[in-house]
Amino acid sequence: MSVTSLPRTREVDRVAPSATPLIDRVLQGALLVSFLASLYLAFIYAPTEAVQGDVQRIFYFHVPMAWLAYLSFFVVFLGSIVYLWKRDQRWDIYARCSAEIGVLFTTLVLITGSLWGRPIWGTWWTWDARLTSTLILWAVYVVYLMLRSYSSDPARGARYGAILGIIGFADVPIVQMSVVWWRTLHPAPVIQLEGGGGMPPQMLVALMVSLVAFTLLYAYLMRQRVQIEQLRSEIQQLEESEG
Amino acid sequence: MSQVSALLWKDLVLEFRTRELLGGMALFSLLVLLVFNFAFDLRVDNLAGVAPGVLWVAFTFAGVLGLGRSFVAEKDRGALDGLLLAPIDRGAIYLAKLIANVIFMGIVEAVCLPVFTAFFNYGSISLDILVIALLGTIGFSAIGTLFSAMTTNLRARDVMLPLLVFPICVPVVIAAVEATALAFSGGLAGNQLRWIALLAAFDLIFGILCFAIFEFVVEE
Repeated sequence: MSVTSLPRTREVDRVAPSATPLIDRVLQGALLVSFLASLYLAFIYAPTEAVQGDVQRIFYFHVPMAWLAYLSFFVVFLGSIVYLWKRDQRWDIYARCSAEIGVLFTTLVLITGSLWGRPIWGTWWTWDARLTSTLILWAVYVVYLMLRSYSSDPARGARYGAILGIIGFADVPIVQMSVVWWRTLHPAPVIQLEGGGGMPPQMLVALMVSLVAFTLLYAYLMRQRVQIEQLRSEIQQLEESEG
Repeated sequence: MSQVSALLWKDLVLEFRTRELLGGMALFSLLVLLVFNFAFDLRVDNLAGVAPGVLWVAFTFAGVLGLGRSFVAEKDRGALDGLLLAPIDRGAIYLAKLIANVIFMGIVEAVCLPVFTAFFNYGSISLDILVIALLGTIGFSAIGTLFSAMTTNLRARDVMLPLLVFPICVPVVIAAVEATALAFSGGLAGNQLRWIALLAAFDLIFGILCFAIFEFVVEE
């Protein structure tokens, strides 16, 4: 007799399997809607840019990703401060998960920026202020993730990560400023990036919707990732108390 | 303050007995100059653009070498625990290490800079340069001392320290190189002041921040 044909008589089988909590389902729905809307707006609704052509449409995803990166690292900063202050492991989990998402999106920003740059500037990379400081930001948080992995003791890893999370983020404005000054003194060839002056309202709408979509994505990814991390730490605690 | 000077004196005496770290750092900085000579083939026309960067790469690479060793002595035989148990402020430990590192890096720079001016027949030793070197060294060491204390306990410690220090210290490197370039070429004083101000601001902000945060590194 195959297992699947056995009558389901156990109590646990009659109760519904753990349903996805309401907020996750709302997030999923909102994500679906906002990304579909954002795709439509970015590719169809928004007018084609005069100088750059259709390649410019990558802007509607590139900019929100950059926003997401900074948001993630700000959350790392907050989480790090609260963790050092309260020693509540949840805040360390928030910080670490946000750093992972932040590194992911910073990498995507660099890649999409390159993809955008190649047809427009004729080069994959240029050392202008914004790219340079984004690259440095990326490096700092990749090192953050390495620091967390290389700490043999998780409590120590959390503490060290928190310290780097604070110092790294405090450094961000100073890095930006120094890189901008450096570029002002040694100007690179003039590059026209995304719409300097007035953006037509349709473009603005597409950008805003995309921004909302990506922010929802951040919230969703954070929830999933934090859940996994909390389960993992629960398992670890159980293992330790067993031993 | 007497705590700081006592700790500082200990570190200085330890190092000056053997001088092995200082010798190694100084020689390494000269080797970096040597390698850069081959890397860039520094003929006169390239020189002004490249030379300040070469100098600061030599300083920072030798500096990282020294920083990596700053807490190794304490790791041996639980010396750090001894320090932590003694009735001294944690911040005093950081300050003493910071000043020691600045002194060591300063000595290496004092050796490297004259050799640099001789090797490349470029650059000069002026008050400007001394100020820039000092401010840059303080900023670099402030970050480096904190992270050195952190990495002493990590698995891949020699790898992690440069990875931690260099991205955070980018403003120091940019400002120091730009200011040095202007000092060597006698450029606009206004611009040079801007970079020196940035160095001073970095030193102040991160000096205080690292000083405050240090106790979280060494707590157990």
